[in-house]
Amino acid sequence: MTDQSLPLSGRFGLYSLRAGLVLATLLAAFVVAALAGARYGLLLLIGLGFGMALEGFRFGFAGPWRAMILRREPAGILAQLLAIALVAVVAFPLLGNATGELTGAHAPVGFAMIGGAFVFGAAMQVVLGCGSGTLVNAGSGNAVGALALPFFAIGSFLGSLHLGWWTGLGSAPLVVFSGGTGLAITLVALALVAILVIWLGVPGGARLPRRLILAALAIAALALANLVVAGQPWGVVYGLGLWVAKGVQGAGVDLSANPFWAAPGNAERLASSLLTDVTSLTNLGILAGAFLIAAWRRGLSARLPELPVRAWGAVIIAGLLLGYSSRLAFGCNVGAFFSGISTGSLHGWAWFVAAFAGSYYGIRLRPLLGLEARS
Amino acid sequence: MNRAFIAIAVLVGAIGIVAADLGASTRLNPYAAPPLLALGSGLAASGAHCSAPPQ
Repeated sequence: MTDQSLPLSGRFGLYSLRAGLVLATLLAAFVVAALAGARYGLLLLIGLGFGMALEGFRFGFAGPWRAMILRREPAGILAQLLAIALVAVVAFPLLGNATGELTGAHAPVGFAMIGGAFVFGAAMQVVLGCGSGTLVNAGSGNAVGALALPFFAIGSFLGSLHLGWWTGLGSAPLVVFSGGTGLAITLVALALVAILVIWLGVPGGARLPRRLILAALAIAALALANLVVAGQPWGVVYGLGLWVAKGVQGAGVDLSANPFWAAPGNAERLASSLLTDVTSLTNLGILAGAFLIAAWRRGLSARLPELPVRAWGAVIIAGLLLGYSSRLAFGCNVGAFFSGISTGSLHGWAWFVAAFAGSYYGIRLRPLLGLEARS
Repeated sequence: MNRAFIAIAVLVGAIGIVAADLGASTRLNPYAAPPLLALGSGLAASGAHCSAPPQ
């Protein structure tokens, strides 16, 4: 459908809508910069870019994993690996030379971390939305994503309350690949995974369409911008849990007795405005960016799906599990898989393996839960 | 009901969360904000991330 297919009055209305959307988003970033500081306005714009790139190029994480498992189509995963490799090539030297100013997404591998990643992989296939995907889906009017999102946030908060107990089950020492050797190990490992998915994939499936190459370039550039501006890699889960924690605290519950929220860094986040929290700003930007692209394409008029009650119940439970499990796994597909691997954390690789195994079972749960026709 | 209704409801909800938080959290001060870029600022990274254990 092209703009030329509309009558002149319709085209004027469409262009006015688009101009209004762009102005409104730029105004929002300006207001945040004026109220909180230029860095925070820029982070909102980076989040907006993530949302626009993910929705505009239809780039995701859950969908490509599903395509690989069900149809042996490797292109989406190869685009993910390309984006991670591009970030790693720049991020490793930056992290090595700017010690202290920049931090990676580094966490230890542990029993709860691996189990959390497995559950996250299954749950993200049930709702067909990962951390970033749930935000994009909700922002573009997908009812499943919109219902899963608040429960994702609640789950993330609940996971934070119990994180100490879960990590106490056992963790290995922190392993971080760094420097030239660490980068070489990471790139070789990414290449080996790429070779494996190409080998397992259908013949000719490894050829990346232009859309996915552009998406990988855009996501990598935005992830690096996130690192350089915020001093930390792209993440999603922390911001969602913080929103609920602030609501709970606002309702009169004292969180100072909880080890997670009593920790100085988290206590400071609880007291400070969301407009100064990195992941909250990028999450808000992703919601707005996905909305902007959906409205730009006139893709908001589609009717909502008619799903059975058990499907909506499954979405609520899967949303809770997404949040809870990603908190235990020290991140979702963004904070652990994408940012973890691209900044040298071994836990990113462990997350990838466990979540991919969970995805295998999550895909099989979807038809049983009424979320798609049984095959 | 279509996707527009859901998308607008999500955005209104997000704006509502930010607005409610503005009244309850520490007053914003753009003059005390960190430099535009963390890289080259000379300041230690201080944001919170999902991969970081509580500290």
